Amino acid sequence: MTGGAGISASRRTDYRSWGGTIRGEHLVYRPPTMTAARTALAAGGGLPALAYGNGRSYGDVALNPGGRLIDCRGLDRFIAFDRATGVVICEAGVRLADILSVLCRPDADGSGWFLPVSPGTRFATIGGMIANDVHGKNHHREGCFGNHVLGFELARSDGSVVSCSLQAHPELFAATIGGLGLTGLVLSARLQLRRIAGSAVEIEDIRLQSLDEFFAVAAESEAEWEYTAAWIDCLAAGSARGRGIFTRARHQPGVGVPAPALDPAITIPFAAPLSPLNRLSLRAFNAAYFHRLGPRGRRHWVGSYEPVLYPLDKLGAWNRLYGRRGFFQFQCVVPEAAASAAMAGLLARIAASGEGSMLAVLKTFGDRPSPGLLSFPMKGATLALDFPDRGEGTRQLLARLEEIVVAAGGRLYPAKDSLMSADAFHRGYPRIGEFLPHLDPGVSSAFARRVGLDRALRQAA
Amino acid sequence: MTTPDAAGTPRVAIFGATSGIAAAVARRYAATGAALVLVGRDGEAIAASARDLRVRGAASVAEIVGDVAALDTLGELAERAWNALPGVDVALIAYGSLPDQAGLEADPGWVAAMLSLNFVSPTILALHLARHFEAQRAGVLAVITSVAGDRGRKSNYLYGAAKGGLQRLLEGLRHRLFAAGVQVVDIRPGFVATRMTEHLPQQGLLWATPDRVAADIMQALSRRRAVVYTPRFWRLILLIVRALPRAVFHRTSF
Repeated sequence: MTGGAGISASRRTDYRSWGGTIRGEHLVYRPPTMTAARTALAAGGGLPALAYGNGRSYGDVALNPGGRLIDCRGLDRFIAFDRATGVVICEAGVRLADILSVLCRPDADGSGWFLPVSPGTRFATIGGMIANDVHGKNHHREGCFGNHVLGFELARSDGSVVSCSLQAHPELFAATIGGLGLTGLVLSARLQLRRIAGSAVEIEDIRLQSLDEFFAVAAESEAEWEYTAAWIDCLAAGSARGRGIFTRARHQPGVGVPAPALDPAITIPFAAPLSPLNRLSLRAFNAAYFHRLGPRGRRHWVGSYEPVLYPLDKLGAWNRLYGRRGFFQFQCVVPEAAASAAMAGLLARIAASGEGSMLAVLKTFGDRPSPGLLSFPMKGATLALDFPDRGEGTRQLLARLEEIVVAAGGRLYPAKDSLMSADAFHRGYPRIGEFLPHLDPGVSSAFARRVGLDRALRQAA
Repeated sequence: MTTPDAAGTPRVAIFGATSGIAAAVARRYAATGAALVLVGRDGEAIAASARDLRVRGAASVAEIVGDVAALDTLGELAERAWNALPGVDVALIAYGSLPDQAGLEADPGWVAAMLSLNFVSPTILALHLARHFEAQRAGVLAVITSVAGDRGRKSNYLYGAAKGGLQRLLEGLRHRLFAAGVQVVDIRPGFVATRMTEHLPQQGLLWATPDRVAADIMQALSRRRAVVYTPRFWRLILLIVRALPRAVFHRTSF
């Protein structure tokens, strides 16, 4: 251990992101209080730092090999909750699971406060969700997480703390939402929860035979169904291309369900040298999954929101299933006009490669703008995939997919990314110029260096 | 949980309240609507925990800032806790430190400080608390010791000596307080991923989360158990470790 004055840090090689493809050594701080976090950020002596949450982003936005990491999981306390207004103030390391379990217990009539926006896991932290301006299956209704952030306290590497909101320091507020942790370290945040008439959800699964059918069902569902997304069998080629299952859900008034557990029931204990997810098992899984709806091709029931919002949280550390080499996520969004053609192009390219993805998810985004300057969603369609890291072939496939997205005027999602080119990033995010002045010079990340944000900062300085 | 007051609200005093295990126990009590007293050295951390526990449902949370390493203040700390929450049902002593064994072996001054924090201080505090419990003829005194106290091993015998001493103390106190109807609980965790152990890898099948350990502690307190290993598999491991003949034990390297 090193350091003094109550701040200690240790050299560690075990900090990873969810994809597990990046290894490196970090000087890690684990501050127990917000004051200690602020002190750690300012104590760099020239070595840049980065906030680390619960390690649920997939690529390199939360890693800073060779530099410092400030592990914010100790900042896991609630500060205040107003049951009348649904406004919660909490430290940045609080997880969605904590909010669900403590604040979202339904009243006797099933109604209660609920998360306005949930990413696909409830184990992400508030700080991480602000930094990545995450979205959920209700983007077409509620926008991004950043749309529901009322304000936050941002520590900067010069030792200052800035209170940001739409009213106070609005430019820094906008830069920090989706700002990938590069504007400083969020200490605490004030969030607006949403009142719902029932925490249980009515769920409908509908079999899809084609991409056209996906776009038709999505358009028809958006007005009445709050949560929508489709699983696509990305190994299906030819006439079966685009087949999948569309899931839509909405809160069921008058019916409450308890919050899911704070930790997964089953955890994968270790990563095998070789992944059990190979071409053969993926093909079998996708075919079986597609046919699970039975001959009617439709299912309808009322139950917990857990399988809809957090289908993978049942299985702790499921990323270990991809073996020790890890896996890449790829998530893109393409503007509405080009969406249908681009998605067809992407699926054709993936099917031809044989590099299957078990979890191909297709969804339409709405047009509600986020305050975030680097926010990922735009009106259009988004496709998310994961690929076991099989080396050069996988990287080449992802480069081809990136070309299709960029040509269609779309962009990739930094929270899931390990490979996008600097060019794709700069073309996809037209407000980078507005963002750059807000970078904190004492902060950096592997992602920032990879896409040239870091260099831009050095040149500007 | 344990002999609650008329309103059904357990009254719980936690010494070393911001330690990883204590914080997890406090959260579980808060969720049941308990009244809490938090005692700790870092005023900011105690205040932050108190706010958190109020949001989580605690009926009340009193904050006491004090340094348990200052031995002559321990009587006053116990007194203040009792004044803040008269009729404490459960007192939990949850502080300690786990310094590097090699560093300790080279530094007698550090050994003295470690023994003081891990043995002398909890012993004196437990004696003060025992007097309060004896007077009210009810309650549970719980102390976090360690599986390291079960047998001296070369990798951590100095820490183990302090924790083993604490185990003997609790054994004697249990004998003494039996007549007064006061239960004494000796909680022996294995590897728990907290700040105290952050210099260790904290990964693998033997490691537990603070919340997992807190769940075991809550159960042990409500069932008024005497000795509890947490997670429970440590009971079996230590049974084997204690039973190993010296000739075999000395050839091991753990």
